[in-house]
Amino acid sequence: MNAIANGSFRRPVAVVGAGPVGLTAAIDLAQQGLDVVLLDEDDTRAIGSRAICFSKRTLEIFDRLGCGERMARKGIGWRVGKVYFRDRLVYAFDLLPESGYRRPAFINLQQYYVEDFLIERACELPNLDLRWKNKVVGLVQNDEGVELRVETPGGTDALFFDFVVAADGARSPIRAMMGLETKGRVFRDRFLIADVKMSADFPTERWFWFDPPFNRNQSALLHRQPDGVWRIDFQLGWEADPALEKQPERVIPRVRALLGSQIDFTLEWASVYTFSCLRMERFRHGRVIFAGDAAHGVSPFGARGANSGIQDADALGWRLRLVLEGKAPDRLLDTYDAERVFAADENILNSTRSTDFITPKSGVSRTFRNAVLELAKDHPFAQRMVNSGRLSVPSTLTESALNTPDCEPFAGAMVPGAVASDAPVRCAGRPDWLLAHIGNAFVVLYFTDGAPQDGVSAAVREFERSSIEVRLLIVTRPNAFAGSVSGITVVEDSDGLCARRYDGRPGTCYVFRPDQHVCARSRRIDAVWLRDAIDRATCAGALTLAKEVR
Amino acid sequence: MKALTIEPNMGRPDDFYEALVEAHRDLTDEQSQALNAALILLLANHVGELEVLRDALRRARKTVTDNPPR
Repeated sequence: MNAIANGSFRRPVAVVGAGPVGLTAAIDLAQQGLDVVLLDEDDTRAIGSRAICFSKRTLEIFDRLGCGERMARKGIGWRVGKVYFRDRLVYAFDLLPESGYRRPAFINLQQYYVEDFLIERACELPNLDLRWKNKVVGLVQNDEGVELRVETPGGTDALFFDFVVAADGARSPIRAMMGLETKGRVFRDRFLIADVKMSADFPTERWFWFDPPFNRNQSALLHRQPDGVWRIDFQLGWEADPALEKQPERVIPRVRALLGSQIDFTLEWASVYTFSCLRMERFRHGRVIFAGDAAHGVSPFGARGANSGIQDADALGWRLRLVLEGKAPDRLLDTYDAERVFAADENILNSTRSTDFITPKSGVSRTFRNAVLELAKDHPFAQRMVNSGRLSVPSTLTESALNTPDCEPFAGAMVPGAVASDAPVRCAGRPDWLLAHIGNAFVVLYFTDGAPQDGVSAAVREFERSSIEVRLLIVTRPNAFAGSVSGITVVEDSDGLCARRYDGRPGTCYVFRPDQHVCARSRRIDAVWLRDAIDRATCAGALTLAKEVR
Repeated sequence: MKALTIEPNMGRPDDFYEALVEAHRDLTDEQSQALNAALILLLANHVGELEVLRDALRRARKTVTDNPPR
């Protein structure tokens, strides 16, 4: 381990696993200027569609990383879901009934496309060193760093890093190497997933069946993907033989029963899976930090696997940068653990409840489930209880230690700990989006009627002397403020939605973390308040301690 | 904490009881169970308060667990 101090190859960060989560983490870190090595034992992308539903929040993160538009253009946007019980439509839901967001509630996009586009973006970053066929076979850490032993086509290397991000999947070899456990509930059920190519004119909606005539006493799910590929999930039950059920001669009649005899299709891929809801007790273990499926697992109902993993990466990037650059203390990384464990528990709770509704575990549970579905046809209250998956939304981190508590009343959802809501704006005379101006650094958003007051610029300028980068973003009423202020972005609240979604009035101010979460807000800005808020959000020095003691 | 009303709260309890039994007339046990489930869901939504409902669930469960089958 002495080699850690004077090793020949040393970089700040290694990310292990080039799936959607590892790629996101590596791109985020590299985009922030860190030298990153991304290691993957394989050199192939995902086979089959695998994760297909990518949420609005995931797209917003991809936007920040410079590849959201690529994903959104290829993906199929959707927001309406329909639920059937036996042969009847029970109800339909709309996940994003309000307009005024850049991105839809969800896109469907095969995981291999998501990985392709992320790899394209990764290859644009010269400080991101992507190494395929590099298998981590050993890990040792001490106070000075982490040594990874890596098998490569050219032999075994010893590489040294300050931190390692383990995004190496549900069966995480790194977790095993470190002797760490992941615990939770394993569900006794099996599902068949089939990718089917066909030209059908079904609308772009999520269709879910409870107990349909073509799959009695089980469930089924139909989803449209790009390239005329449709994803169908059939619940099989625990007794089903997985090797048998994925044979085309078994799969094709199932698909035929769903689609009817009129539609021609070809089977592209089929797989049988089981799932469990698991998580590690802690996601941070010294200099090794776990993210995505390596850290936590959920059932697929609700699309909370890949989406929550990408949010892990989003939460980790800026923290690692500040710690590595010596601008924030090491304990900032402990708040990654606290926030993402909280989010994982929320995701596990939601996906467990969905699973219990979809697969009742007792006779009485099935009786209640069916009663809910019967009532849902004409009783709105029961529609709210129908649970075919509570679809992924980001956690509101109200308990985060990085939040500054409100001192004045605010309406709406933008509480400290919430992800910033998008809204349409105009910037330099052109239509734009609010979120395009938030992220990658701390951003102070200030609502004003006219020209920004001197005090605002002064409060933000204070930070030009500090090590933490803080940008000012001014939001004005339309046409209220034509001029420009040097170095400061001014956007017009063209549709009034910034003011509405943020309960913003002249003088209102929000502070956003580099991962676009609200960490503080106030009805008036001053330099001391702003410094306190950013100190708190970066775990800086004595102030945070003093406030916790109080 | 909000509690369930356990003092008399309905004007004509005998009429209700008769109507409750009547609602199950000619049903199989399985249909009766489905009816009861729907009825519980309808009434629970009408009550609305989760704390009150939890109190009701606790009291209902107690009638069973306090009297194990002999």
